[in-house]
Amino acid sequence: MAEMVGLEALVASIAAGQSIAIPVDRAGVSMAATAAMIDAGLTGLHLVCVPISGLQADLLIGAGVASVVETSAVSLGEAGGAPRFVAAVRDGSIKLRDATCPAIHAGLLAGQKGVPFMPIAGIIGSDLLQVRPDWKVIDSPVGEPGKVVVVPAITPDVALFHAPEADRFGNVRIGRYRELATMAYAAKRTLVTVERIVDRDLMATEDSAAGVLPALYVDAIAVAENGAWPLPLWDEYETDGAELSRYAAMARTDEGFRAYLSAFLSRSKQVA
Amino acid sequence: MTMQDDRARKELLITIIAGLLDGIRHVAVGASSPIPAAGAMLLRARNEQQGKPPISISILGSSRHNFFTNGGVELFDCAAQGRVDAFFLGGGQIDGAGNINLVGTGDYPRMDVRWPGSFGSAYLYHLIPRVILFREEHSPRVLVPKVDFVSAAAVTPEVKRRGGPHALLTNLALFDFDRERGGFRLRSVHPGYTADDVRDRTGFDYAAPEIVPPTPMPDRATVELIRGRIVDELAECYPEFARTMAAAA
Repeated sequence: MAEMVGLEALVASIAAGQSIAIPVDRAGVSMAATAAMIDAGLTGLHLVCVPISGLQADLLIGAGVASVVETSAVSLGEAGGAPRFVAAVRDGSIKLRDATCPAIHAGLLAGQKGVPFMPIAGIIGSDLLQVRPDWKVIDSPVGEPGKVVVVPAITPDVALFHAPEADRFGNVRIGRYRELATMAYAAKRTLVTVERIVDRDLMATEDSAAGVLPALYVDAIAVAENGAWPLPLWDEYETDGAELSRYAAMARTDEGFRAYLSAFLSRSKQVA
Repeated sequence: MTMQDDRARKELLITIIAGLLDGIRHVAVGASSPIPAAGAMLLRARNEQQGKPPISISILGSSRHNFFTNGGVELFDCAAQGRVDAFFLGGGQIDGAGNINLVGTGDYPRMDVRWPGSFGSAYLYHLIPRVILFREEHSPRVLVPKVDFVSAAAVTPEVKRRGGPHALLTNLALFDFDRERGGFRLRSVHPGYTADDVRDRTGFDYAAPEIVPPTPMPDRATVELIRGRIVDELAECYPEFARTMAAAA
Protein backbone atom coordinates (compact mmCIF):
# COMPACT_ATOMS: atom_id res chain seq x y z
CA MET A 1 0.00 0.00 0.00
CA ALA A 2 1.13 3.50 -0.70
CA GLU A 3 3.32 5.26 1.81
CA MET A 4 3.38 9.08 1.99
CA VAL A 5 7.01 10.20 1.99
CA GLY A 6 9.19 13.18 1.19
CA LEU A 7 10.83 13.58 -2.22
CA GLU A 8 14.28 12.55 -0.94
CA ALA A 9 12.94 9.37 0.64
CA LEU A 10 10.99 8.61 -2.55
CA VAL A 11 14.12 8.57 -4.71
CA ALA A 12 16.26 7.00 -1.98
CA SER A 13 14.33 3.79 -2.65
CA ILE A 14 15.74 3.63 -6.19
CA ALA A 15 19.01 1.68 -6.35
CA ALA A 16 21.90 2.08 -8.78
CA GLY A 17 21.56 -0.16 -11.84
CA GLN A 18 17.78 -0.56 -11.63
CA SER A 19 15.42 -0.25 -14.59
CA ILE A 20 12.94 2.59 -14.41
CA ALA A 21 9.88 3.22 -16.58
CA ILE A 22 9.10 6.88 -17.34
CA PRO A 23 6.22 8.28 -19.41
CA VAL A 24 6.01 10.48 -22.49
CA ASP A 25 6.10 14.26 -21.83
CA ARG A 26 2.35 14.90 -21.90
CA ALA A 27 1.46 11.96 -19.63
CA GLY A 28 2.90 13.34 -16.38
CA VAL A 29 6.69 13.33 -16.03
CA SER A 30 8.10 13.68 -12.53
CA MET A 31 10.74 16.33 -13.11
CA ALA A 32 10.83 16.94 -9.35
CA ALA A 33 11.94 13.34 -8.74
CA THR A 34 14.32 13.63 -11.71
CA ALA A 35 16.11 16.50 -9.98
CA ALA A 36 16.20 14.56 -6.71
CA MET A 37 17.62 11.48 -8.48
CA ILE A 38 20.42 13.53 -10.01
CA ASP A 39 21.05 15.19 -6.67
CA ALA A 40 21.24 11.81 -4.94
CA GLY A 41 24.03 10.78 -7.34
CA LEU A 42 22.26 7.70 -8.73
CA THR A 43 24.11 5.89 -11.52
CA GLY A 44 23.73 3.05 -13.99
CA LEU A 45 19.97 3.33 -14.41
CA HIS A 46 18.24 1.60 -17.30
CA LEU A 47 15.58 3.96 -18.65
CA VAL A 48 12.48 2.46 -20.22
CA CYS A 49 10.80 5.35 -22.03
CA VAL A 50 7.06 4.75 -22.44
CA PRO A 51 7.25 4.99 -25.34
CA ILE A 52 9.47 8.07 -25.89
CA SER A 53 11.06 10.73 -23.72
CA GLY A 54 12.39 14.27 -23.91
CA LEU A 55 13.88 16.57 -21.31
CA GLN A 56 13.74 13.96 -18.53
CA ALA A 57 15.84 11.39 -20.41
CA ASP A 58 18.19 14.07 -21.71
CA LEU A 59 18.89 15.36 -18.18
CA LEU A 60 19.37 11.85 -16.77
CA ILE A 61 21.75 10.97 -19.61
CA GLY A 62 23.69 14.24 -19.39
CA ALA A 63 24.03 13.96 -15.61
CA GLY A 64 25.40 10.42 -15.91
CA VAL A 65 22.45 8.82 -14.10
CA ALA A 66 21.27 6.71 -17.06
CA SER A 67 23.57 4.21 -18.74
CA VAL A 68 21.02 2.18 -20.75
CA VAL A 69 18.25 3.85 -22.75
CA GLU A 70 15.38 1.80 -24.12
CA THR A 71 13.21 4.11 -26.21
CA SER A 72 11.37 4.71 -29.47
CA ALA A 73 12.73 8.27 -29.58
CA VAL A 74 14.30 11.00 -27.50
CA SER A 75 13.39 14.51 -28.62
CA LEU A 76 12.62 17.91 -27.14
CA GLY A 77 9.68 18.23 -29.54
CA GLU A 78 9.31 21.78 -30.85
CA ALA A 79 12.54 22.77 -29.07
CA GLY A 80 14.44 20.34 -31.36
CA GLY A 81 16.72 17.36 -30.85
CA ALA A 82 17.83 16.12 -27.44
CA PRO A 83 21.45 17.36 -27.22
CA ARG A 84 22.84 15.17 -24.40
CA PHE A 85 21.22 12.04 -25.87
CA VAL A 86 22.82 12.79 -29.24
CA ALA A 87 26.21 13.48 -27.63
CA ALA A 88 26.03 10.28 -25.56
CA VAL A 89 25.15 8.20 -28.65
CA ARG A 90 28.11 9.67 -30.50
CA ASP A 91 30.67 9.05 -27.74
CA GLY A 92 29.18 5.65 -26.91
CA SER A 93 28.59 6.48 -23.25
CA ILE A 94 25.10 4.96 -23.18
CA LYS A 95 23.90 1.55 -24.30
CA LEU A 96 21.03 1.97 -26.74
CA ARG A 97 17.98 -0.24 -26.99
CA ASP A 98 16.15 1.33 -29.92
CA ALA A 99 12.48 0.38 -30.14
CA THR A 100 9.19 1.34 -31.76
CA CYS A 101 6.35 2.76 -29.64
CA PRO A 102 3.84 -0.11 -29.74
CA ALA A 103 6.59 -2.65 -28.98
CA ILE A 104 7.26 -0.93 -25.66
CA HIS A 105 3.53 -0.94 -24.89
CA ALA A 106 3.41 -4.64 -25.86
CA GLY A 107 6.39 -5.52 -23.65
CA LEU A 108 4.74 -3.80 -20.67
CA LEU A 109 1.47 -5.58 -21.43
CA ALA A 110 3.32 -8.91 -21.24
CA GLY A 111 4.74 -7.75 -17.90
CA GLN A 112 1.26 -6.79 -16.75
CA LYS A 113 -0.07 -10.24 -17.64
CA GLY A 114 2.89 -12.17 -16.26
CA VAL A 115 3.64 -13.87 -19.59
CA PRO A 116 7.15 -14.07 -21.11
CA PHE A 117 6.44 -12.25 -24.39
CA MET A 118 3.79 -10.55 -26.48
CA PRO A 119 3.22 -10.90 -30.23
CA ILE A 120 2.94 -7.65 -32.17
CA ALA A 121 1.95 -6.74 -35.73
CA GLY A 122 4.27 -5.05 -38.24
CA ILE A 123 8.01 -4.35 -37.65
CA ILE A 124 9.17 -7.06 -40.10
CA GLY A 125 11.66 -5.54 -42.57
CA SER A 126 12.86 -2.96 -40.04
CA ASP A 127 16.54 -2.87 -38.98
CA LEU A 128 15.24 -2.66 -35.41
CA LEU A 129 15.12 -6.47 -35.59
CA GLN A 130 18.89 -6.45 -36.29
CA VAL A 131 19.72 -4.21 -33.34
CA ARG A 132 17.24 -5.85 -30.96
CA PRO A 133 18.22 -9.54 -30.96
CA ASP A 134 15.86 -10.01 -28.01
CA TRP A 135 12.94 -9.42 -30.41
CA LYS A 136 12.17 -12.61 -32.33
CA VAL A 137 10.31 -13.42 -35.53
CA ILE A 138 8.32 -16.65 -35.14
CA ASP A 139 5.86 -18.66 -37.20
CA SER A 140 2.47 -17.93 -35.73
CA PRO A 141 1.54 -21.07 -33.74
CA VAL A 142 -2.19 -20.44 -34.21
CA GLY A 143 -4.52 -19.09 -36.88
CA GLU A 144 -3.39 -18.28 -40.41
CA PRO A 145 0.22 -19.34 -41.08
CA GLY A 146 2.61 -16.42 -41.18
CA LYS A 147 5.51 -14.65 -39.49
CA VAL A 148 4.92 -12.57 -36.41
CA VAL A 149 7.25 -10.55 -34.16
CA VAL A 150 7.36 -11.27 -30.44
CA VAL A 151 8.90 -8.95 -27.87
CA PRO A 152 9.94 -9.99 -24.35
CA ALA A 153 8.04 -8.81 -21.29
CA ILE A 154 9.23 -5.54 -19.80
CA THR A 155 9.16 -5.67 -15.99
CA PRO A 156 10.83 -2.50 -14.74
CA ASP A 157 12.16 -2.37 -11.19
CA VAL A 158 10.48 1.00 -10.79
CA ALA A 159 7.73 3.03 -12.49
CA LEU A 160 7.92 6.77 -11.83
CA PHE A 161 5.44 9.48 -12.83
CA HIS A 162 3.75 12.70 -11.74
CA ALA A 163 -0.02 13.19 -11.39
CA PRO A 164 -2.36 15.95 -10.27
CA GLU A 165 -3.62 14.30 -7.11
CA ALA A 166 -3.72 11.32 -4.81
CA ASP A 167 -6.11 10.72 -1.92
CA ARG A 168 -5.10 9.91 1.68
CA PHE A 169 -5.40 6.20 0.90
CA GLY A 170 -2.83 6.39 -1.88
CA ASN A 171 -5.19 6.15 -4.87
CA VAL A 172 -3.82 8.26 -7.72
CA ARG A 173 -5.82 10.07 -10.41
CA ILE A 174 -4.36 9.29 -13.85
CA GLY A 175 -7.24 10.41 -16.08
CA ARG A 176 -7.06 9.00 -19.60
CA TYR A 177 -3.31 8.30 -19.36
CA ARG A 178 -3.84 4.56 -19.09
CA GLU A 179 -0.18 3.88 -19.90
CA LEU A 180 0.58 5.02 -16.35
CA ALA A 181 -1.51 2.11 -15.06
CA THR A 182 0.22 -0.29 -17.49
CA MET A 183 3.61 0.91 -16.23
CA ALA A 184 2.51 0.37 -12.61
CA TYR A 185 1.04 -3.10 -13.30
CA ALA A 186 4.26 -4.23 -15.00
CA ALA A 187 6.73 -2.64 -12.56
CA LYS A 188 7.88 -4.16 -9.30
CA ARG A 189 7.47 -0.83 -7.49
CA THR A 190 5.65 2.38 -8.39
CA LEU A 191 6.70 5.82 -7.18
CA VAL A 192 4.47 8.83 -7.77
CA THR A 193 4.80 12.55 -7.19
CA VAL A 194 1.60 14.62 -7.06
CA GLU A 195 0.58 18.26 -6.98
CA ARG A 196 -1.54 17.66 -3.86
CA ILE A 197 -3.20 15.15 -1.55
CA VAL A 198 -7.00 15.47 -1.54
CA ASP A 199 -9.31 14.68 1.35
CA ARG A 200 -12.00 12.88 -0.62
CA ASP A 201 -11.78 9.17 -1.45
CA LEU A 202 -11.05 8.90 -5.20
CA MET A 203 -12.57 5.40 -5.22
CA ALA A 204 -15.87 6.67 -3.77
CA THR A 205 -17.86 6.94 -7.00
CA GLU A 206 -17.81 5.18 -10.36
CA ASP A 207 -17.06 8.52 -12.03
CA SER A 208 -13.98 9.33 -9.99
CA ALA A 209 -12.71 5.75 -9.77
CA ALA A 210 -12.66 5.32 -13.58
CA GLY A 211 -9.57 7.48 -13.97
CA VAL A 212 -7.74 6.22 -10.91
CA LEU A 213 -4.77 3.94 -10.28
CA PRO A 214 -5.64 2.12 -7.05
CA ALA A 215 -3.28 2.29 -4.08
CA LEU A 216 -2.77 -1.46 -4.49
CA TYR A 217 -0.22 -0.70 -7.23
CA VAL A 218 1.38 2.37 -5.64
CA ASP A 219 4.33 2.05 -3.26
CA ALA A 220 5.20 5.62 -2.35
CA ILE A 221 3.82 9.09 -2.98
CA ALA A 222 5.54 12.45 -2.44
CA VAL A 223 3.98 15.87 -2.86
CA ALA A 224 5.84 18.07 -5.36
CA GLU A 225 4.00 21.18 -6.43
CA ASN A 226 4.61 22.11 -10.06
CA GLY A 227 6.43 18.77 -10.16
CA ALA A 228 6.34 18.28 -13.93
CA TRP A 229 7.75 21.72 -14.74
CA PRO A 230 8.89 22.70 -17.35
CA LEU A 231 6.90 19.85 -18.90
CA PRO A 232 3.10 20.03 -18.92
CA LEU A 233 0.57 18.42 -16.61
CA TRP A 234 -2.90 17.76 -18.00
CA ASP A 235 -5.64 20.11 -16.77
CA GLU A 236 -3.04 21.89 -14.60
CA TYR A 237 -0.37 23.68 -16.62
CA GLU A 238 1.11 23.88 -20.14
CA THR A 239 4.66 23.25 -21.33
CA ASP A 240 7.06 26.07 -20.46
CA GLY A 241 8.28 26.42 -24.05
CA ALA A 242 10.72 29.23 -23.27
CA GLU A 243 12.43 27.10 -20.61
CA LEU A 244 12.71 24.14 -23.01
CA SER A 245 14.25 26.37 -25.68
CA ARG A 246 16.66 27.75 -23.11
CA TYR A 247 17.65 24.19 -22.19
CA ALA A 248 17.99 23.18 -25.84
CA ALA A 249 20.38 26.09 -26.47
CA MET A 250 22.46 25.64 -23.31
CA ALA A 251 22.74 21.83 -23.45
CA ARG A 252 24.49 21.98 -26.84
CA THR A 253 27.79 22.12 -24.98
CA ASP A 254 28.89 20.18 -21.95
CA GLU A 255 29.65 23.40 -20.03
CA GLY A 256 26.26 24.87 -20.93
CA PHE A 257 24.57 21.70 -19.76
CA ARG A 258 26.46 21.77 -16.43
CA ALA A 259 25.39 25.39 -15.89
CA TYR A 260 21.76 24.58 -16.67
CA LEU A 261 21.80 21.52 -14.43
CA SER A 262 23.23 23.31 -11.43
CA ALA A 263 20.57 26.07 -11.69
CA PHE A 264 17.84 23.45 -12.21
CA LEU A 265 18.93 21.50 -9.14
CA SER A 266 19.16 24.52 -6.86
CA ARG A 267 15.77 25.76 -8.06
CA SER A 268 14.25 22.32 -7.35
CA LYS A 269 15.69 22.36 -3.83
CA GLN A 270 14.17 25.76 -3.08
CA VAL A 271 10.76 24.56 -4.25
CA ALA A 272 10.95 21.29 -2.34
CA MET B 1 11.40 33.72 -49.85
CA THR B 2 8.85 36.42 -49.04
CA MET B 3 6.10 35.74 -46.52
CA GLN B 4 3.58 35.65 -49.36
CA ASP B 5 5.64 33.11 -51.35
CA ASP B 6 6.00 30.97 -48.26
CA ARG B 7 2.27 31.11 -47.69
CA ALA B 8 1.60 30.14 -51.32
CA ARG B 9 3.99 27.17 -50.90
CA LYS B 10 2.15 26.02 -47.79
CA GLU B 11 -1.25 26.49 -49.42
CA LEU B 12 -0.15 24.33 -52.35
CA LEU B 13 1.08 21.53 -50.04
CA ILE B 14 -2.11 21.71 -47.95
CA THR B 15 -4.24 21.43 -51.10
CA ILE B 16 -2.25 18.45 -52.43
CA ILE B 17 -2.60 16.66 -49.08
CA ALA B 18 -6.37 17.19 -49.05
CA GLY B 19 -6.45 15.57 -52.51
CA LEU B 20 -4.29 12.62 -51.40
CA LEU B 21 -6.64 11.99 -48.45
CA ASP B 22 -9.84 12.07 -50.50
CA GLY B 23 -12.10 9.13 -49.66
CA ILE B 24 -10.72 8.32 -46.19
CA ARG B 25 -12.79 8.21 -42.97
CA HIS B 26 -10.15 8.61 -40.28
CA VAL B 27 -6.72 10.21 -40.50
CA ALA B 28 -4.16 10.49 -37.71
CA VAL B 29 -1.69 13.39 -37.66
CA GLY B 30 1.50 13.77 -35.62
CA ALA B 31 1.78 16.40 -32.92
CA SER B 32 4.14 18.69 -34.82
CA SER B 33 2.69 18.41 -38.33
CA PRO B 34 0.70 21.57 -39.08
CA ILE B 35 0.70 21.18 -42.88
CA PRO B 36 -0.68 17.58 -42.86
CA ALA B 37 -3.22 18.64 -40.22
CA ALA B 38 -4.27 21.57 -42.40
CA GLY B 39 -4.67 19.25 -45.41
CA ALA B 40 -6.92 16.98 -43.37
CA MET B 41 -8.93 19.96 -42.10
CA LEU B 42 -9.32 21.23 -45.68
CA LEU B 43 -10.74 17.89 -46.80
CA ARG B 44 -13.09 17.83 -43.79
CA ALA B 45 -14.37 21.35 -44.62
CA ARG B 46 -14.80 20.50 -48.31
CA ASN B 47 -16.65 17.27 -47.56
CA GLU B 48 -18.99 19.23 -45.32
CA GLN B 49 -19.65 21.82 -48.05
CA GLN B 50 -20.26 19.13 -50.66
CA GLY B 51 -22.45 16.96 -48.43
CA LYS B 52 -19.91 14.10 -48.50
CA PRO B 53 -19.40 11.75 -45.51
CA PRO B 54 -17.59 13.40 -42.58
CA ILE B 55 -13.98 12.54 -41.75
CA SER B 56 -12.39 12.19 -38.33
CA ILE B 57 -9.01 13.74 -37.58
CA SER B 58 -6.94 12.55 -34.62
CA ILE B 59 -4.15 14.90 -33.68
CA LEU B 60 -1.68 12.99 -31.53
CA GLY B 61 -0.71 14.71 -28.32
CA SER B 62 -3.72 17.01 -28.42
CA SER B 63 -6.34 16.46 -25.73
CA ARG B 64 -9.08 18.25 -27.66
CA HIS B 65 -8.56 16.62 -31.04
CA ASN B 66 -8.45 12.98 -30.15
CA PHE B 67 -11.13 10.41 -29.50
CA PHE B 68 -8.98 8.09 -27.42
CA THR B 69 -9.49 7.20 -23.76
CA ASN B 70 -7.19 4.19 -23.49
CA GLY B 71 -3.81 5.86 -23.26
CA GLY B 72 -0.90 5.97 -25.67
CA VAL B 73 -1.46 2.46 -26.96
CA GLU B 74 -4.91 3.15 -28.38
CA LEU B 75 -3.79 4.74 -31.66
CA PHE B 76 -1.66 1.65 -32.33
CA ASP B 77 -4.49 -0.72 -31.47
CA CYS B 78 -6.86 1.36 -33.57
CA ALA B 79 -4.50 1.05 -36.56
CA ALA B 80 -4.23 -2.72 -36.05
CA GLN B 81 -8.03 -2.97 -36.11
CA GLY B 82 -8.09 -1.21 -39.48
CA ARG B 83 -9.70 1.93 -38.07
CA VAL B 84 -7.04 4.39 -39.25
CA ASP B 85 -7.04 4.98 -43.01
CA ALA B 86 -4.24 7.49 -43.40
CA PHE B 87 -1.15 8.75 -41.60
CA PHE B 88 1.94 10.82 -42.32
CA LEU B 89 5.56 9.84 -41.90
CA GLY B 90 8.68 11.87 -42.57
CA GLY B 91 12.23 10.70 -42.51
CA GLY B 92 15.74 12.00 -42.18
CA GLN B 93 16.31 9.73 -45.17
CA ILE B 94 13.79 8.23 -47.61
CA ASP B 95 15.04 5.82 -50.24
CA GLY B 96 13.84 4.83 -53.70
CA ALA B 97 12.29 1.64 -52.33
CA GLY B 98 10.13 3.70 -49.95
CA ASN B 99 12.06 2.72 -46.81
CA ILE B 100 12.42 5.44 -44.20
CA ASN B 101 15.13 6.22 -41.65
CA LEU B 102 14.35 8.14 -38.47
CA VAL B 103 17.40 6.86 -36.53
CA GLY B 104 20.49 8.45 -38.08
CA THR B 105 23.32 8.29 -40.60
CA GLY B 106 26.52 6.27 -40.44
CA ASP B 107 27.12 3.01 -38.61
CA TYR B 108 24.80 2.03 -35.76
CA PRO B 109 24.97 2.55 -32.83
CA ARG B 110 27.59 5.34 -32.70
CA MET B 111 26.18 7.14 -35.69
CA ASP B 112 27.61 10.29 -37.32
CA VAL B 113 24.23 12.00 -37.06
CA ARG B 114 21.66 10.69 -34.61
CA TRP B 115 17.97 11.57 -34.96
CA PRO B 116 15.33 11.03 -32.27
CA GLY B 117 14.34 7.46 -33.18
CA SER B 118 11.83 5.33 -35.06
CA PHE B 119 8.71 6.34 -33.06
CA GLY B 120 5.78 4.15 -34.22
CA SER B 121 6.90 3.93 -37.87
CA ALA B 122 8.10 0.29 -37.92
CA TYR B 123 4.58 -0.76 -36.96
CA LEU B 124 2.24 1.82 -38.52
CA TYR B 125 3.84 1.46 -41.99
CA HIS B 126 2.50 -2.11 -42.06
CA LEU B 127 -0.99 -1.28 -40.84
CA ILE B 128 -2.20 2.02 -42.27
CA PRO B 129 -3.26 1.75 -45.93
CA ARG B 130 -2.49 5.29 -47.01
CA VAL B 131 0.79 6.48 -45.51
CA ILE B 132 1.82 9.79 -47.02
CA LEU B 133 5.54 10.49 -46.88
CA PHE B 134 5.85 14.20 -46.29
CA ARG B 135 9.22 15.91 -46.24
CA GLU B 136 9.54 19.53 -47.28
CA GLU B 137 13.28 19.39 -48.01
CA HIS B 138 13.87 17.85 -51.42
CA SER B 139 17.58 17.11 -51.67
CA PRO B 140 19.97 14.23 -52.39
CA ARG B 141 20.85 14.01 -48.70
CA VAL B 142 17.21 13.26 -47.82
CA LEU B 143 16.11 11.31 -50.91
CA VAL B 144 18.87 8.69 -50.99
CA PRO B 145 19.43 5.49 -53.01
CA LYS B 146 19.45 3.41 -49.83
CA VAL B 147 18.75 4.47 -46.24
CA ASP B 148 21.53 3.90 -43.67
CA PHE B 149 19.03 2.42 -41.20
CA VAL B 150 15.60 1.01 -42.05
CA SER B 151 13.25 2.30 -39.37
CA ALA B 152 10.26 1.10 -41.38
CA ALA B 153 10.26 -1.02 -44.54
CA ALA B 154 7.89 -0.16 -47.39
CA VAL B 155 7.51 -3.55 -49.03
CA THR B 156 7.76 -6.93 -47.27
CA PRO B 157 6.51 -9.77 -49.48
CA GLU B 158 7.24 -12.26 -46.67
CA VAL B 159 4.27 -10.99 -44.62
CA LYS B 160 0.70 -9.98 -45.39
CA ARG B 161 0.13 -6.29 -44.81
CA ARG B 162 -2.47 -3.69 -45.66
CA GLY B 163 -0.29 -0.68 -44.98
CA GLY B 164 2.49 1.15 -46.73
CA PRO B 165 3.48 4.24 -48.66
CA HIS B 166 0.89 5.89 -50.86
CA ALA B 167 2.71 9.02 -52.03
CA LEU B 168 5.75 11.18 -51.39
CA LEU B 169 5.25 14.94 -51.19
CA THR B 170 8.08 17.50 -51.05
CA ASN B 171 8.54 21.21 -51.76
CA LEU B 172 9.35 20.31 -55.38
CA ALA B 173 7.11 17.49 -56.47
CA LEU B 174 4.54 14.79 -55.85
CA PHE B 175 5.35 11.11 -56.40
CA ASP B 176 3.05 8.08 -56.30
CA PHE B 177 4.34 4.84 -54.82
CA ASP B 178 3.91 1.64 -56.82
CA ARG B 179 3.74 -1.24 -54.34
CA GLU B 180 4.00 -3.91 -57.04
CA ARG B 181 7.24 -2.48 -58.38
CA GLY B 182 8.39 -1.16 -55.02
CA GLY B 183 9.33 2.31 -56.25
CA PHE B 184 8.18 5.86 -56.86
CA ARG B 185 6.71 7.40 -59.99
CA LEU B 186 6.77 11.17 -60.46
CA ARG B 187 3.20 12.45 -60.76
CA SER B 188 3.69 16.22 -61.01
CA VAL B 189 6.18 19.02 -60.43
CA HIS B 190 5.19 22.10 -58.43
CA PRO B 191 5.05 25.50 -60.17
CA GLY B 192 8.46 27.17 -60.32
CA TYR B 193 10.37 23.91 -60.85
CA THR B 194 11.05 21.60 -63.78
CA ALA B 195 11.27 17.84 -64.13
CA ASP B 196 15.06 18.31 -64.51
CA ASP B 197 15.24 20.14 -61.16
CA VAL B 198 13.53 17.15 -59.57
CA ARG B 199 15.90 14.67 -61.26
CA ASP B 200 18.94 16.74 -60.15
CA ARG B 201 17.87 16.92 -56.54
CA THR B 202 16.65 13.34 -56.08
CA GLY B 203 19.26 10.81 -54.97
CA PHE B 204 17.24 7.76 -56.06
CA ASP B 205 15.93 6.58 -59.38
CA TYR B 206 12.20 6.74 -60.14
CA ALA B 207 9.78 6.31 -63.00
CA ALA B 208 8.39 9.36 -64.76
CA PRO B 209 6.00 10.07 -67.61
CA GLU B 210 7.49 11.49 -70.81
CA ILE B 211 5.85 14.82 -70.15
CA VAL B 212 5.59 15.62 -66.47
CA PRO B 213 2.53 17.75 -65.70
CA PRO B 214 2.68 20.71 -63.33
CA THR B 215 0.99 20.32 -59.94
CA PRO B 216 -2.32 22.20 -60.18
CA MET B 217 -2.49 25.35 -58.07
CA PRO B 218 -5.31 25.65 -55.52
CA ASP B 219 -8.36 27.41 -56.94
CA ARG B 220 -9.74 30.61 -55.45
CA ALA B 221 -12.40 28.89 -53.32
CA THR B 222 -9.76 26.58 -51.81
CA VAL B 223 -7.42 29.47 -51.05
CA GLU B 224 -10.26 31.36 -49.35
CA LEU B 225 -11.19 28.31 -47.30
CA ILE B 226 -7.58 27.86 -46.15
CA ARG B 227 -7.13 31.54 -45.26
CA GLY B 228 -10.42 31.59 -43.36
CA ARG B 229 -11.72 28.50 -41.63
CA ILE B 230 -8.58 26.33 -41.81
CA VAL B 231 -6.26 28.94 -40.29
CA ASP B 232 -8.82 29.44 -37.50
CA GLU B 233 -9.00 25.69 -36.83
CA LEU B 234 -5.20 25.36 -36.92
CA ALA B 235 -4.79 28.07 -34.29
CA GLU B 236 -6.02 25.72 -31.56
CA CYS B 237 -3.27 23.15 -32.04
CA TYR B 238 -0.58 25.00 -33.98
CA PRO B 239 -0.81 28.64 -32.84
CA GLU B 240 2.62 29.65 -34.16
CA PHE B 241 1.96 28.20 -37.62
CA ALA B 242 -1.49 29.82 -37.83
CA ARG B 243 -0.01 33.20 -36.83
CA THR B 244 2.60 33.01 -39.60
CA MET B 245 -0.06 32.09 -42.17
CA ALA B 246 -2.30 34.96 -41.04
CA ALA B 247 0.59 37.46 -40.92
CA ALA B 248 1.30 36.93 -44.62
CA ALA B 249 -2.13 38.36 -45.56
